[in-house]
Amino acid sequence: MDLIWLIPLLPGVGAAINGLLGIRYFSKVLAARIACATMGAALLLSLVAFLELLGLEHREHVVTLAHWIPPIPLETASGIGAFEVPWAFRLDPLSGMMILIVTGIGFLIHLYSTAYMDHEPRGGYVRFFCYLNLFCFFMLTLVLGSTFLVMFVGWEGVGLCSYLLIGFWYHKQSASDAGKKAFIVNRIGDFGFVLGVFLVFYTFGTVDFREVAEAASHMPVEVAGFGVVSAICLLLFVGAVGKSAQIPLYVWLPDAMEGPTPVSALIHAATMVTAGVYMVGRNAVLFEHAPMVMTVVATVGALTALMAATIGLVQTDIKKVLAYSTVSQLGYMFLATGVGAFAAGAFHLMTHAFFKALLFLGSGSVIHAMDEEQDMKKMGGLKYYMGTTFITMFIGAIAIAGVPPFSGFFSKDEILYRTFLSNKWLWGLAVVTAGMTAFYMFRLIFMTFFGDYRGPGWKKEEHGGHAEEHGHTWHGPHESPRLMTVPLMVLAVGAFAAGFVGIPAALGGGNAIEHFLEPSFVATSASHAGEAEHAVAHLSHGAELALMAFSVLVGLAGISLAYHLYVRRRDQADRLAANWSVAHRVLLNKYYVDEAYGATAIDGTMASARGLWTVDRRVVDGAVNGAGWLTRALSWVSHVLDKYVVDGLVNLVGWICQEGSYLFRRVQTGLIQNYAVATLFGVFAFITMYLVARYVGV
Amino acid sequence: MMEITPAHYTILSAALFSVGLIGVLVRRNIIIIFMAIELMLNAVNINLVAYANEVENLVGQVFVVFVIAVAAAEAAVGLGIILALFRNKETVNIDEMNVMRS
Repeated sequence: MDLIWLIPLLPGVGAAINGLLGIRYFSKVLAARIACATMGAALLLSLVAFLELLGLEHREHVVTLAHWIPPIPLETASGIGAFEVPWAFRLDPLSGMMILIVTGIGFLIHLYSTAYMDHEPRGGYVRFFCYLNLFCFFMLTLVLGSTFLVMFVGWEGVGLCSYLLIGFWYHKQSASDAGKKAFIVNRIGDFGFVLGVFLVFYTFGTVDFREVAEAASHMPVEVAGFGVVSAICLLLFVGAVGKSAQIPLYVWLPDAMEGPTPVSALIHAATMVTAGVYMVGRNAVLFEHAPMVMTVVATVGALTALMAATIGLVQTDIKKVLAYSTVSQLGYMFLATGVGAFAAGAFHLMTHAFFKALLFLGSGSVIHAMDEEQDMKKMGGLKYYMGTTFITMFIGAIAIAGVPPFSGFFSKDEILYRTFLSNKWLWGLAVVTAGMTAFYMFRLIFMTFFGDYRGPGWKKEEHGGHAEEHGHTWHGPHESPRLMTVPLMVLAVGAFAAGFVGIPAALGGGNAIEHFLEPSFVATSASHAGEAEHAVAHLSHGAELALMAFSVLVGLAGISLAYHLYVRRRDQADRLAANWSVAHRVLLNKYYVDEAYGATAIDGTMASARGLWTVDRRVVDGAVNGAGWLTRALSWVSHVLDKYVVDGLVNLVGWICQEGSYLFRRVQTGLIQNYAVATLFGVFAFITMYLVARYVGV
Repeated sequence: MMEITPAHYTILSAALFSVGLIGVLVRRNIIIIFMAIELMLNAVNINLVAYANEVENLVGQVFVVFVIAVAAAEAAVGLGIILALFRNKETVNIDEMNVMRS
């Protein structure tokens, strides 16, 4: 258990090996083996660590690896505090669950990718696994980090890997644009997160999660006002909104589907996008002291869930449907955390990781089979060609639709139940969303797997089925190789069974996961265990069962509507779309949010940039040019002065000397007799002067 | 017979000196000029001897001996220079000896 620091490090080592050596030297097989082996080892370690965690009484273990930032005196709200960050990892129920999800699903997706990315040239293939490993390294650092700063390292790292992997096919303009979009939108959220961390340190004098929770638990709950804890929570939530694709920062996630499908499954469905939910859950104590922010979280979650679900109703790109579904389900998780049901949110996070990864990998298998075709209008009838993919995806769809006893039912129902206790309006939104979820998910299944085949034709095979040639010739839809279907099957089992850890009391279960996760959401497991502050209002088992039955009915209604529109009466769907053409177009264009952002934020930024550029050119450059012009003018004046005054004086002196010397050099004859005459006259002159002075007197 | 007084010596000396001076200034032949210089020196010597006799002091006479010795040395060096000049210039005309004028 003291080796938990190895869990993130192993994929990091894999990434380093593949990145430094592999891209140049390794074969595909070797690179894939290194990547899968490191992930597998991390998975094993995680399992061991998790089992040991179950045996611990206080369910917490902190491993300090090294000192990262030595104590630095910094000002805080209560005098000078020591800013000290150890490189520490914390294993507790929440992070234990997360590392299992990340390593487990990560490992399966690594396996899947070895086959899915097979078309890539060697260099790109190795690069892909390097990024994928690097992502797991950062994600595990994020969830295991014991302080805000260690978490932030992972937080930024996964953002980076997300950017790298969305833009993996960087020669495609749309892919590189989508990568940039994801990165920039995430920056907005990260800015809020960083400010939140600053405020945390300023307020509490520490960035350790446990110490912060401890300190916050002694502060009053900010029921009425908007105090410092509320400010912290709001800033942290801005970070979560960016990372977890909530309104208004969700726009990057649908575009992120430009990345390879395993990436969408791992990063943009199962793990990275849930980091925001994880972070809010990690700071449950803080958020519980800020009820206003909790309301904001719940409202944003519910609205996002509803909005994304409505968009998902009409999308025809198979991955876009899943992307909006992911946004919607993340909204569910925030709704859960917003109404104080942190455990339910984390529970849904886990089940969602299973079924959404399954659905994404299944869609990848479909896309693979259809020769990179993503438009569901050109699919149909695929269940005859790819049975395994169909069955596993069907299980995933049932799970997300919330049909008992599949996993999604338990987690979603827990959220609905807790929301009902807290806020009836949000509950209404969530139920409508549940119905839509069932509808669009089965619309996807029916359009893809049922009906007649609508895709392009293909050349009939001449050599029989076994002469499989990937690449240029396409032999029609076909089942994916074993390496891709096995992860699907494993995930299907998970999507079916993952819910059994959280069977609610009303159905005779113990809701094990909630009790398991509880220590992560309170300040100190020991001191608060006996307190009843988490005792929420209860409904009778009968009412709870009625609610459950209602939500299941809503889900089933959605499914049957999809069946009616997309299997039995295919023309009705189009007619419906035509009758509601305005609404249909608005939904098809995603409420024009991208356009709105383009018109406001992006154009605004560009316009202000242009404005500043003009200021730069006119004012700053003008000042510089003016100074230059002034210098030139002054230097011209100085030049004139120099030329006519200073030089003139010098020349005058020279001229005088020259003319004088012309005059006097006549005297210099070189004839000694002339000199002698001059001497003689001189002597006469002196004598004369003497005589005059002597005898005449002066 | 009239008595010879220092005034007579002085007049003689002045006349001789004037002759030498005029010779130095107006003649063009360097030999003549040289001889004129000697004339001027001897005019001075007459003066010295005359006044030495008048004041009955031997210092003047001794000084004249020195002057004669120096004049002899000067004649030797001067004639050597004149010879060297003549060998270079092939002339004794002083107007052509203006090498000091660049």
